[in-house]
Amino acid sequence: MFDEKVIQMLVEGIKDTLYMTLVSSVIGYVIGLPLVVLLNVTNEKGLKPNKIIYRVLDIICNIIRSIPFLILLILLIPFTRMIVGKSYGSTATIVPLVICAAPYIARVVEASLNEVDAGVIEAAKSMGAGIFQIIFKVLLVEARTSLLTGFTITTGLLLGYSAMSGTVGGGGLGDIAVRYGYYRWQEDIMIVTVVLLIVIFQIIQNIGTKIAVSLDHRKR
Amino acid sequence: MSEIEIRNLSKSFKIKGNPVVALDGINLKIEKGDIFGIIGMSGAGKSTLVRSINYLEKPTEGQALIEGIDLSGLSEKELRKKRSEIGMIFQNFNLLEQKNVIDNICFPLEIIGVKRKKARAKARELLKIVKLEEKEKSYPSQLSGGQKQRVAIARALATNPKVLLCDEATSALDPQTTGTILKLLKEINESFGITIVIITHQMSVITEICKRVVIIDNGRLVEEGTVEQIFENPKSDAAKELISGKEIRYTPLDTLDTERKIRIVFRDNSAYAPVISNVILKFQAPVNILKADTKNVNGKAVGEIVLGLPEGETLQENILSYLREQGIAVTEVKEHV
Repeated sequence: MFDEKVIQMLVEGIKDTLYMTLVSSVIGYVIGLPLVVLLNVTNEKGLKPNKIIYRVLDIICNIIRSIPFLILLILLIPFTRMIVGKSYGSTATIVPLVICAAPYIARVVEASLNEVDAGVIEAAKSMGAGIFQIIFKVLLVEARTSLLTGFTITTGLLLGYSAMSGTVGGGGLGDIAVRYGYYRWQEDIMIVTVVLLIVIFQIIQNIGTKIAVSLDHRKR
Repeated sequence: MSEIEIRNLSKSFKIKGNPVVALDGINLKIEKGDIFGIIGMSGAGKSTLVRSINYLEKPTEGQALIEGIDLSGLSEKELRKKRSEIGMIFQNFNLLEQKNVIDNICFPLEIIGVKRKKARAKARELLKIVKLEEKEKSYPSQLSGGQKQRVAIARALATNPKVLLCDEATSALDPQTTGTILKLLKEINESFGITIVIITHQMSVITEICKRVVIIDNGRLVEEGTVEQIFENPKSDAAKELISGKEIRYTPLDTLDTERKIRIVFRDNSAYAPVISNVILKFQAPVNILKADTKNVNGKAVGEIVLGLPEGETLQENILSYLREQGIAVTEVKEHV
């Protein structure tokens, strides 16, 4: 159906898409997780309530989340250029993806940390656990299933956003879909990229769910 | 020196700007090796009181002393160390759901930095004591309520505490399981000499294993004594309510019947004499048995009977003094039976 060149291009596209999605998910988590721990700890009912820190973080998260990704992508071009050296291509796309993902992750994970039973935290306190021990040995351990589920959801979201970045010169399958499907009216290529995106999404979702379930000991 | 001493302790919270007094001027002493009961209705302040002992709740006024050491004078680090020397179990067990039984028991040891191998050995020892050796690898979700509480007890004992605080530890369990858990606590008290503090709203828990008891009502300590004293001769309304399981204080007057009622409690010295028959024969007057029950108080069977007395004040007084001469505890009963 396609010649070797197109297939070669699609393979590259898959690689780029996976690269952008996974790297930005991981970096997003590395930034988002401390953010969410801070949100949880400074929360009114948290381990060390602090209204000011909580409000500031809360507002920052909401502001970033309320900006549509495509606009964020454009807004961040100078910042991206400063960090990566250029504003187009797969690596450059990771910057806005991470910035978009971190507060999103924070919100998803905040809910799961709040679900950790207050009684279990009290029990840890009664054993003489300090704040860091409670965070690392209780909160993050008890909430690990939701953390993984959150990671999967975020990865799915970033997969979609990475495709969106194709419109402004990001790489990957989205870029191919825009260039061939939209500008050149080659519908067959566009359909293939869409199918590939769906397949990748399903694989990520299934793997994520399987791992999360296998690590959950709450109900058997 | 008492193992635990509470001095003039008060605690108030602010709920929506309004101060609410949870505890008001509590004084009590708990001796080493005791099984000490703190009983009260829900909302009486007993959970706050037990949390003051390990400073999970910081009192607004007054002090909590463990072996003479005032917890308010400790730094955060010293306080955490002190807490690790006080075991605690809870109504909802509060086990880590994502850790298996042995890792749960090792958890307090992990917190104080004990090596994993040593912690595991200690945990296995404790599993034997709580008779759950075969559940080592199970997760809390696979255990019954009684088994979960056994794991929690083993976990609380891991650091070799001198004190074990039990916050409504049997309230989520059925009566039979409650019995086995209480038996286990008694064994632990006897074999390790651990001081046990039991918070409960169930009088049966107190009579089953406690030696001394205080009654908390509306944030105040209203009565204190040995379990026998309180059970035989409850003075406060709160104590009477907890023993009878009925409300006294808020019953409208018109529902009270006029018959004079008394509650008599038998102990071993009086349990064999046919007391009621003797009363009837001696005074040639009928007495009405309204309620009769036998309870286990510290391993001794104690009988209680609520009697309706015949009319005539002189006759009633004569019956009362006769019963007291027989060494029987007598109290007036105001509530419906």
